[in-house]
Amino acid sequence: MSDILVTEQSKPGADGSGRPSGRLLEVEDLRVEFRTRDGVAKVINGVTYHVDAGETLAVLGESGSGKSVTAQTIMGILDTPPGFVTGGQVRFHGKDMLAMSAEERRRIRGEGIAMVFQDALSALNPVFTVGFQIAEQFRVRRGLSRADAKKRAIEMLDQVKIPNAKGRFSNYPHQFSGGMRQRAMIAMSLALDPEVLIADEPTTALDVTVQAQIMDLLAEMQRERQMGLILITHDLGVVADVADRIAVMYAGRIVEEANVYDLYAKPAHPYTIGLIDSIPRMDEKGQQLRTIKGLPPNLMNIPPGCPFNPRCPMAQPVCREKVPPLLQVGVSRASACHFAEELVNRD
Amino acid sequence: MTENILEVRDLVKHYPVTRGVVFKKTIGHVKAVDGVSMELRSGETLGVVGESGCGKSTLARVLMNLERPTAGSVLYKGQDISKLSGGALRRLRRQIQLVMQDPYTSLNPRMTVGDLIGEPFEIHPDVAPRGSRRQKVKELLDLVGLNPEHINRYPHQFSGGQRQRIGIARALALRPEIIICDEPVSALDVSIQAQVMNLLEKLQDEFGLSYVFIAHDLSVVRHLSDRVAVMYLGKIVEIGTEDEIYERPTHPYTQALLSAVPVPDPTLRDQKAIIRLTGDVPSPVSPPSGCRFRTRCWKAQDVCAEQVPLLEIRSGSDHPSACHFAEKREIVATHEA
Repeated sequence: MSDILVTEQSKPGADGSGRPSGRLLEVEDLRVEFRTRDGVAKVINGVTYHVDAGETLAVLGESGSGKSVTAQTIMGILDTPPGFVTGGQVRFHGKDMLAMSAEERRRIRGEGIAMVFQDALSALNPVFTVGFQIAEQFRVRRGLSRADAKKRAIEMLDQVKIPNAKGRFSNYPHQFSGGMRQRAMIAMSLALDPEVLIADEPTTALDVTVQAQIMDLLAEMQRERQMGLILITHDLGVVADVADRIAVMYAGRIVEEANVYDLYAKPAHPYTIGLIDSIPRMDEKGQQLRTIKGLPPNLMNIPPGCPFNPRCPMAQPVCREKVPPLLQVGVSRASACHFAEELVNRD
Repeated sequence: MTENILEVRDLVKHYPVTRGVVFKKTIGHVKAVDGVSMELRSGETLGVVGESGCGKSTLARVLMNLERPTAGSVLYKGQDISKLSGGALRRLRRQIQLVMQDPYTSLNPRMTVGDLIGEPFEIHPDVAPRGSRRQKVKELLDLVGLNPEHINRYPHQFSGGQRQRIGIARALALRPEIIICDEPVSALDVSIQAQVMNLLEKLQDEFGLSYVFIAHDLSVVRHLSDRVAVMYLGKIVEIGTEDEIYERPTHPYTQALLSAVPVPDPTLRDQKAIIRLTGDVPSPVSPPSGCRFRTRCWKAQDVCAEQVPLLEIRSGSDHPSACHFAEKREIVATHEA
């Protein structure tokens, strides 16, 4: 079935070597709006990013920045209406998925790109056993028999380190703890061996000790399979631990993109600077936290010019007039700020 | 800083687990809080950290006297609040207020901000006579950084951070001495969270408030707290000053918890020694015998299954820890470079 999906010249080698120059997954100038009774909310306003095999891209942003809607659009699970794609492309192995038929997209889902959701309890179906929900994919997509599918599903549960996988196969989601449910979700998303995994806030609902377990598991699975991983999160701590590259989103735009070390050492956008400054740090006890003043913009009424200008400590008249494009600053990093050069060259 | 404004002694809160509809039978107890002793000093912030299910929110409810304890006592300036009722309880409630976690469900959507913040004055009319109430509410709005002109707006017209400010203004209305904050910033985005934390600090300085600050985020707790209590399955496993807990933790659970906190600095990626705990927190219906942490502990010996370790200062440590083998261990993860 997979040969329908990928053409011979675009299939990357499993180890990432001999890979053609084409990107694995690219989002280009994506635009999405939500048409509601109260008006049109411009949720995504030209998002461009890509992920390659074996690479972890972290998409960082606060609620309402559009990071999850971008993921939903990639997966083709955007609620329409109210959500409408108004422009841009999502290319998988160079082919625009937004132009594909529903049937073609369905084949990519699971085998090409899979997704792990934040809240495993509501993402799993409560009336089917966990094992059934994993095995179902093998039966429908791989045409395996019931017994073979079960065997493969137990293997998957075992791979994500669920103790007593065989016994757990016939448990329902509510019989699993939060961490185990997230493991089961990961098993389900990896069942068809996807090339790209999108993890949307996979550990936000979990406690720190369990969060560490799940992030380890994701990293291990990615290494083994050389997957491209898109990690969507608001947690600057988790990002620092696992990401290769980071794209920072604000009001439906990428405002900064850089490798993880450059971004933390010298952020090149005032929003990123503000975010990093507002995390409580262990070594600055007692001092006031530096904050970003004000609130994120209303997406139905995004301010003209740079969307961050009303909250920006550096804002100049030009920021209220011209939208700063996402431009290269220095080596392999980009920032959408009129003063990015100055920020990068500061001491 | 020496006077104890609130003292908790051997506090126990069990919830019965029942089976059957007509002939209800109690088949067990959820031991949500199981023998907690601590004190809150005047003007300080006591942080309470722990993972979900450790009993920290139940503790908040008992401290507020929203739940009666199964055993033990909560003393406010020497007076046992769990035995109070009627008018005496109402008068006491003025002194202890609560800020709740979820600013979306803790504000009545049909009430205006003015009504929400002014409601405490209805119950305690002696604090503000009827005529001056709107003025008082406007002052409170200004105090928490909201526009006093917005007094007639409804909660849905505010963002999450602004709603949490409304919750704080409501808690402040009666000028309490103690505010119990139950995860006040965990529902907020990073940039908004910092604003609310700064506000809480400012109010504490201005009014000399004492906080019990309950949260699962260890860096938030460290930023605000003078002393910290670490809870696990209904018990305090370690308590001490912020420095003692974060720099010199001696309980294995505290050490593991701290090491698991992701540090926002990629250069420390490979230098951190993370202690991996296996498995999940056991059920509070049937906690393990002896030390409750022993099922996940790498130091566990036979004695841990037999004897409940007391929360006490052991040799080689400067603060109480409930572990038979309490000792220091380097935790690189908690240090910023």
